[in-house]
Amino acid sequence: MIRPAFVEPVLDSQNCFRAVLEAMSRPGRVQRLTMALDAPAPLAPASAAVLLTLVDAETTLWLDAGAEAEGWIRFHAGCPLAAASDAAFLLATGTPPALASLSQGSDESPQDGATLVIQVESLEEGAGWHLTGPGIEKEHRLAVTGLPAGFVAERAKLARNYPRGVDVILCAGDRLAALPRTTRIEEG
Amino acid sequence: MSHDPGYNFAYLDENTKRMIRRTLLKAVAIPGHQVPFGAREMPLPYGWGTGGIQVTAAILGPRDVLKVIDQGADDTTNAVSIRRFFNRVAGVATTTRTPEATVIQTRHRIPEAVLTEQQILVYQVPMPEPLFRLEPRLTETRRMHALADYGLMHVKLYEDIARHGHVASAYNYPVMVQERYLMSPSPIPAFDNPKMHRMPALQLFGAGREKKIYAVPPYTAVRSLDFEDHPFRPHRADAPCALCGSRTSYLDEVVTDDRGGRMFVCSDTDYCETRQADQAERGEQAA
Amino acid sequence: MAYVAVKGGEKAISHAHDWLAETRRGNPALPELEVEQIEQQLGLAVDRVMAEGACHDRGLAALAIKQAQGDLIEAAFLLRAYRTTLPRFGHATALDTAAMRIRRRVSATYKDLPGGQVLGPTYDYTHRLLDFSLAAAGETPPPAPQAAVAQPEAPRVTELLAREGLMARDSESDAEPPDLTRQPLDFPASRAARLQNLARGDEGFLLGLGYSTQRGYGGNHPFVGEIRQGHVTVAFTPPELGFEIELGEILVTECQMVNQFHGSKAEPPQFTRGYGLVLGAGERKAMAMSLVDRALMAGELGEDRVAPAQDEEFVLLHSDNVEATGFVEHLKLPHYVDFQSELEVVRRMRATAVAEASSPAEKELAE
Repeated sequence: MIRPAFVEPVLDSQNCFRAVLEAMSRPGRVQRLTMALDAPAPLAPASAAVLLTLVDAETTLWLDAGAEAEGWIRFHAGCPLAAASDAAFLLATGTPPALASLSQGSDESPQDGATLVIQVESLEEGAGWHLTGPGIEKEHRLAVTGLPAGFVAERAKLARNYPRGVDVILCAGDRLAALPRTTRIEEG
Repeated sequence: MSHDPGYNFAYLDENTKRMIRRTLLKAVAIPGHQVPFGAREMPLPYGWGTGGIQVTAAILGPRDVLKVIDQGADDTTNAVSIRRFFNRVAGVATTTRTPEATVIQTRHRIPEAVLTEQQILVYQVPMPEPLFRLEPRLTETRRMHALADYGLMHVKLYEDIARHGHVASAYNYPVMVQERYLMSPSPIPAFDNPKMHRMPALQLFGAGREKKIYAVPPYTAVRSLDFEDHPFRPHRADAPCALCGSRTSYLDEVVTDDRGGRMFVCSDTDYCETRQADQAERGEQAA
Repeated sequence: MAYVAVKGGEKAISHAHDWLAETRRGNPALPELEVEQIEQQLGLAVDRVMAEGACHDRGLAALAIKQAQGDLIEAAFLLRAYRTTLPRFGHATALDTAAMRIRRRVSATYKDLPGGQVLGPTYDYTHRLLDFSLAAAGETPPPAPQAAVAQPEAPRVTELLAREGLMARDSESDAEPPDLTRQPLDFPASRAARLQNLARGDEGFLLGLGYSTQRGYGGNHPFVGEIRQGHVTVAFTPPELGFEIELGEILVTECQMVNQFHGSKAEPPQFTRGYGLVLGAGERKAMAMSLVDRALMAGELGEDRVAPAQDEEFVLLHSDNVEATGFVEHLKLPHYVDFQSELEVVRRMRATAVAEASSPAEKELAE
């Protein structure tokens, strides 16, 4: 028996999209999703909602969330699966694949760079990293637990390839925040 | 308010919305870069705002309050037509009051009122490529953007200055976004360009016929191209508004007779009406 | 001098639309056109709207023509806007035009050939004299004589040439062709994308371009290998069934233009084909399309790209009449703001020019 997806598909996905758009536009600001969603473990409500909102038969997906979650998203979104290096969207519930191994796009088509959704333990504003870049007036603070130790350094290395790059959406429970490729992180 | 049950909420089917939403996120992540998208045929003609309409339809929700302006005015025919369209297919609340709107779709103007973090400005874009008058081939301009090779545009502006003493572009004046991408601000007057710089609101641009979407995230650097010895200067008609007296707003010139008579009025109708109402109120209080 | 800001746009629009409806109906003393009459008696207009509207539905195309007062570009636009709202169940299998139930088939390259020449219902060889008998309520014409024998097999002319090795074969491919209604056109475009674009393209635009290749702008040396028009079967394989089912038949027109090719380092001299396929009876469009298709192959064949018809970006980005009419006609929308800023610039430039032109002495006089 496959668990249901959004209760109100049209309105819930619009609602979730606006949260992701807001997150991507104001990196480090934490958004909270309010729709009910009973996704199979280990999917957090936020990461499940983001996938339902953005992937479909026209996108490729890589995920490490096990057979039930994989079956669930494929049933509801109809998305073909791909290797991590080729996927347009990725969901990491465990250790994410190396950022440099993912699709970065080209200088002519940087939009082909992957979107990586990482499920983390917690997201809190006001402490932790110092974020600067487009979308941020002066500085946003974001504290993330549950990311691998080298994440910030790995991401900083990719910055010199701009406009090529990878955009990251962090999800914890029903909360999410985003790190587009333009955001600079200083560990604090 | 409810929407027309004959169509999906906000007209577009969910697959199309998802495709546009994915495009929008990449556009925000790469400020000023034109992202191709599978623009659909809309029930309004290409060139009449189909790009802006598709962007608005992909972001709009039942809690939004929509404002649509054309030439700064809520009551121009195309603005009326687009507002009616969304009222019918999305059933959303609409407003003419700039501060009340959560989504503002515009053609050719940025409102005079300072926009806030709670708002999204959606521009209708006819020609998204800032270099198109200098190089019509998309394969060429795509390469120039990849290399950030904008010499062609600098030469053009410099020739303007050599010939006329200043840049001969008065609208659709090219900007650099975050010092990386040359971008068309859409055909807004150059007067409005400075408003784009570090705007608190998210700015989204939709070009339906040319099938491109681009974006400027909040608080992002937007610089109108200029030269040290010829700095960018926005211009407005040198007159006060005949209705509200504003000396800082952008003005439309209205011809009043065939003997050279003319007057100037605010192009932003909400700004002008708000000022007139405030003045009337202050007048009553004083009386 | 009172000035009232322009108000009442909504009311004006509504009144304009009422007036349009009244104009569309014309003299109410005359019977109203029925959609079926348009479908039956203005069949070539219906076909053109189906082709450029990229939607095979005669009834809807006829309705669009009625709604648009016979403005065929407006009608194609109506049909396109409707088409985009339709759900997609999948892709039909490729049409087999070799198996066409032929009603017209002519070849300019062979006097006679297997399957024969079939004129079909053509305007060719009619004398273009206005037929005043049609102005009066005419009598129903007698049925046209039918051939006594069944239509023989009619192999395609290009296939006859290919068997001799004289015609380059187009490689068959199972690759999913691009869908221009879902993904934006990208350059360089595949031939499948080009043909899809041309099949939806404006007949007038393609006609002009095709004509230009005949006058030396692009240097085709075309012969009509074959034009065939008739019914082909549309089939679909639902993934859940796994076998093909026939959905029905549609009328199409196909043109294969045979062109000389001098050969290159890789290819010996041989003929190449320009291809045109149009929904319904659209012979002029199919012929023009096949000329333009061949011209666009210049790059692949190592020919110089010098003429407009050989310029892929130019042709494919300007062929769509729904896009073109929208953008040309948008110029009538308000541009007060842009024009105002132009006025300011032109006034400033004139002031500068006048100041520079007048000598100091004249300036003193003026003051």
